[in-house]
Amino acid sequence: MTDPAKPIIQIQNVSKRFGKVTAVDNVSLDINAGEFFVLLGPSGCGKTTLLRMIAGFELPTEGRILIDGQDMAGIPPNKRPVNMVFQSYAVFPHMSVADNVAYGLKIAGVKGGEIKDRVAEALDLVKLGGFGERMPDQMSGGQRQRVALARSLVMRPKVLLLDEPLSALDAKLRAQMQFELSELQEKVGITFVTVTHDQDEALSMACRIGVINKGEVAQLATPSDLYEYPSNRFVADFVGSVNIFEGKLTLDEPDKAAVDCPGVGKIYLNHGVTGPHGADVWIALRPEKIYLHVPGEGKAVKAAAQDAPDGYNFARGKIKGMSYLGDITLFEIELESGARIRVSRPNLSRHDQEDFTWDDKVSMHWRADSPVVLLG
Amino acid sequence: MAFFARAPIAPLEYSRTLWMRLWVGAVMVFLYAPLVVLMIFSFNDSKRNVVWRGFTTKYYEKALGNDQLVEALINSLTIAALATLASLVLGTLAAVMLWRFRFPWKGAIDGTISLPIIVPEICLGVAFLMFFAAVGWPTDLVWPFNLGAITVAHITFCFPFVTMVVRSRLASFNREQEEAAKDLGASEAQVFRDVLIPHIKPALVAGALLAFTLSLDDFVITYFTSGPDTITFPVKVYSMVRFSVTPEVNAASTLLIILTVVLTFIALKAQGVKAIAETH
Repeated sequence: MTDPAKPIIQIQNVSKRFGKVTAVDNVSLDINAGEFFVLLGPSGCGKTTLLRMIAGFELPTEGRILIDGQDMAGIPPNKRPVNMVFQSYAVFPHMSVADNVAYGLKIAGVKGGEIKDRVAEALDLVKLGGFGERMPDQMSGGQRQRVALARSLVMRPKVLLLDEPLSALDAKLRAQMQFELSELQEKVGITFVTVTHDQDEALSMACRIGVINKGEVAQLATPSDLYEYPSNRFVADFVGSVNIFEGKLTLDEPDKAAVDCPGVGKIYLNHGVTGPHGADVWIALRPEKIYLHVPGEGKAVKAAAQDAPDGYNFARGKIKGMSYLGDITLFEIELESGARIRVSRPNLSRHDQEDFTWDDKVSMHWRADSPVVLLG
Repeated sequence: MAFFARAPIAPLEYSRTLWMRLWVGAVMVFLYAPLVVLMIFSFNDSKRNVVWRGFTTKYYEKALGNDQLVEALINSLTIAALATLASLVLGTLAAVMLWRFRFPWKGAIDGTISLPIIVPEICLGVAFLMFFAAVGWPTDLVWPFNLGAITVAHITFCFPFVTMVVRSRLASFNREQEEAAKDLGASEAQVFRDVLIPHIKPALVAGALLAFTLSLDDFVITYFTSGPDTITFPVKVYSMVRFSVTPEVNAASTLLIILTVVLTFIALKAQGVKAIAETH
């Protein structure tokens, strides 16, 4: 079968232009056999075009795409070893569920008995066993999506492509399908390539994520690396919520660094950044990495953190905005300089939301390994 | 007692208000009274068709025994069937072409296809008369080939209607279905057969019905293109009426009405009324 060491999809210097618009700009990336790969990006970033080029519905203007080592140039969609689940599901409305799932096998000339077995197996796989005789208009959106999934999986493709698979489902069902898709992928062992604009979806399902911005790969990383070590401002901002401060690199040694951010002050790090001294850099700091203290409590923390300022960063401010979200509360805190910082705080007890109110003076601290220095 | 009282009329329950019922009734009378009168008088036992003289079915026997009339009816049905078949193929292909492809002069072609709908029938009739004379279309062929000229003329004004109906249906087609079929291995021809045709099927039925009825009752264009041996039903009726409106004409017309109603009913049943309604 497929060699797991070799990438199943190789995208090599692929560009796609529609007239003057460049949808995909010199993208190169490898997708490994058996992984759940997610292309993440805002709408119009070119991620769907990339997926459609893998499926064969668009042809690259430049570059080439290899699937399982075979160049796909000149191979039409109906001859490629990939199958796609469309955003609208595209279930054939005039065919029963079983006929939908059987369609590809019939075209491929598989024998009747085998078709029946494989259709039943595929429907069981997506938990639609016994639904074969139903017509698509008798099914919910979530069920129709399962039909589309079964219809593709029954073909046993080398790669399954999914275009925004969860965008049309409601929040509860979406969360459930995220788990189910991951489970399904592990079960069948087929490489999944999914396109989405939803970062939660990407983080929860993917083995690796390729963040696409303006037709280029902004970063290629595992979900946790993407979140904790974003490589540029776009990724830091797009994935999750973040505070970004502009500053100058004033201290850069192997075990420590400092960035002077106007309005915020010096931000210390416990590692070097190897950037040119005095360079303009950006600090990205996640709201949940900032601890908020009720007035007075700050002193105790300060006492505990003897090694400050190397170990911790401190700041003071006033609460200007609060939004209670149930599991967490978001705060918008104005520093003395007028700069604002977003902080989130888990509501660990039922009374936590009573700790603060508008215009309270608060102090904050964050660990020296929390901020990320971004050079671009 | 309140128990037996009818529920009060809800604000949007127009079908239960008196004025709406009266209005609908008036519309029905306006639309169908002439037809009903025609049908009733087909049973009138009188040569002159104005005063009721008693019930008879003899004019049905007379109409069915009138060889010329029956021949005209057979001509009409043959032409309608051929024109419908050809219009269906041509019209569907034209609709798919205009929907699916981009090509030079598309706008112009799009416009000219619906021209036969817009151009006054009398002009088309004259145009066909001159055209068939100019090309020297043979007039002495045996049946059914002698119906060729009329059939060609009918196809010309029928197929744009099919194109129109099919196109509006195509507008609601989800292109991802086509891509999904291809993705599952289907060729262009298989996509057309398995996905596109089922989607436009209600429009094909509606278009076929339109074409059939248009062809069946066309008078003006047919009048200009028919010869002495190729009389169609409407032309025959017209020539009969020129002498006098006898119940025989009524009887023939009633039979034609029943025929079209039955055909429409069968088509609707075969498709499900809902599917037809969807196209409009």
